[in-house]
Amino acid sequence: MARVYTSTVIAAPADRVWSVVRDFNALPAWTDFVVDSRIEEGLPSDKIGCVRAFRLEDGGFIREKLLALSDFDYSCSYAILESPMGVENYIATLRLIPVTDGGQTFAEWSAEFDCAPEREDELVEQIATNVFLGGLTSLKSRLGG
Amino acid sequence: MVSVRRSTVIDAPIEAVWEILRDFNGHDRWHPAVRRSRLDGGKRTDQVSAVRNFELTEGAHLREQLLSMSDEDHSFRYAIVESEIPLHNYIAEVSLKPVTDGNGTFWSWSSRFDTPKGREKELEQLVAEGVYQAGFEAVRTRLERQRSGSLSSDRPLTRSTATASNAGLPGMAMGINRYGGPEELQSVEVVAPPPGPGEVRLRQSAIGVNYIDVYCRSGYFNLLKPPGVPGMEAVGVVESVGSGVRHLSAGQRVGYACPPVGAYATVRTMPAALVVPLPDRIDDVTAAAALLKGMSAEFLLHRVHPVKKGDVVLVYAPAGGVGRILCQWANHLGATVIGATSSEEKARIARAAGAHHVLLPGAASLEDQVKALTRGHGADVIYDAVGRDSFDHSVAALATCGHLVSFGQASGDIGARDISSLASKSATISRPNFGHYTDTPQKVAAITKRLFDAIDRHIISIEIGQRFPLSRAADAHRALEARETTGSTVLIPDDNQKGKI
Repeated sequence: MARVYTSTVIAAPADRVWSVVRDFNALPAWTDFVVDSRIEEGLPSDKIGCVRAFRLEDGGFIREKLLALSDFDYSCSYAILESPMGVENYIATLRLIPVTDGGQTFAEWSAEFDCAPEREDELVEQIATNVFLGGLTSLKSRLGG
Repeated sequence: MVSVRRSTVIDAPIEAVWEILRDFNGHDRWHPAVRRSRLDGGKRTDQVSAVRNFELTEGAHLREQLLSMSDEDHSFRYAIVESEIPLHNYIAEVSLKPVTDGNGTFWSWSSRFDTPKGREKELEQLVAEGVYQAGFEAVRTRLERQRSGSLSSDRPLTRSTATASNAGLPGMAMGINRYGGPEELQSVEVVAPPPGPGEVRLRQSAIGVNYIDVYCRSGYFNLLKPPGVPGMEAVGVVESVGSGVRHLSAGQRVGYACPPVGAYATVRTMPAALVVPLPDRIDDVTAAAALLKGMSAEFLLHRVHPVKKGDVVLVYAPAGGVGRILCQWANHLGATVIGATSSEEKARIARAAGAHHVLLPGAASLEDQVKALTRGHGADVIYDAVGRDSFDHSVAALATCGHLVSFGQASGDIGARDISSLASKSATISRPNFGHYTDTPQKVAAITKRLFDAIDRHIISIEIGQRFPLSRAADAHRALEARETTGSTVLIPDDNQKGKI
């Protein structure tokens, strides 16, 4: 089981950050690597079990299923159903925690998955840097640092 | 039911914060609200079910029990079992998370409890501000002081550490009172204070000399603010450890290679997280000579640019401390290794270290010689710590998509450069900093593991080129600056040399 963990501090209140990332269909709005996204079967994007299908800038196609969403915990968990990455049993969680001292937000994005052992380091690095850190960085810049 | 949650971000690695918080019986050492803490008989501070007795600064007493603790999650929970303050059914959780984007720590402290009717607000305020927020500030201040404290335990020059109590360990250091030449290095008496929480006190037996020490002494780098003691690496024996230090114990052989500066001393108190145990099979002088240079070679060859079989690797100063290790290790990795040096004597050392070819200043420029050797291909990666004098030659000697790793400037500052010319070969230039590759115990552990393994397997050998008594550190600097040294230079505390120890 490979694990990835990335976190950062965003200079905006958690409510405001959450209003951006809560929408399971909104990756194109706050990441740089997703070009379009839709929710399959016309379901609402906060319906547990809904599937988002999106395309990456490099042409990759990914389908992910919403496993859990909590407005109370500011957290969202999802599983990959289909992707070109070569991962199995991939479950990720994006979670926000308010930093009460200063009105900022601690954001953590983590995942666990299985893959071919020889690809583990490369995939962990790729997901940590390109997906999670890249996503959090563009989220930060959209919210003003 | 009242619910309180406070959180903050501390500008320190998670291990440093956790070392302070993890000591369930140590909160009286840092929390302003706690005057005294002691454990009910027989239990350890990290033993789940342990009960601590607090006497608060205002005089109230309370007893709290440790419910759970996890080094993996950097968290613990506790409950109030008895209290003169009416906090009922109080269960709290302290939890740390790393801010991986940087080197900070997110710290959350939360609880739920019941209070007598009408006192909710007052007690919520007491817990949130008087306990949690005050605790954040105390730890923040403490870590800042530790940081500047260890820089200025380099402060022994002022000798004001007389206040460091009778338990201070006296010793000798070579320090500077102002930036300047080697002659500024003067012998001073120092006192290593008793180790505080998360600290360790060492008796040092061998100290590695590095070119960065010259930069610190001359003021080129501001890592050292006079008066102070230079030096980035040393080896010794743990004399005593502060509370919360788990990976070290008295009598253990250890080493370190990292800022803060202050290694040119016989005794030293410093953050324990920076110190690693040494394997028995590696002796003190070898370790002192190997740590900083070997760790540098490790991250240059494995992290900054992972060298692979078939790469053409150009190494400047291949007979020097880092250069020799780079040649040996790159050769082992299957690269074609080219050294660039200044004399036939150094060329011989470079060849012995595994350089397949050695370039000497001659009729043809360095880049022409590299191109000729590689049939026009150039160098896939160049490790260049020469700086100003070599930079343009290095760029010219790069292969298409080559990588110039500029990790020093022995000949002077490179200055401002226009990067548009790099497009002609899609070149990459990086300027790695040792500190960023070695700023957490995890990183240090990973790097030293591979380094010790490479020494064990004779992939690299550490040549001790010259030893100086610590009191003659100035001579060591002169030799280094005159480029008279080969291999590594080590300082030995004078008492050890005389066999007195």
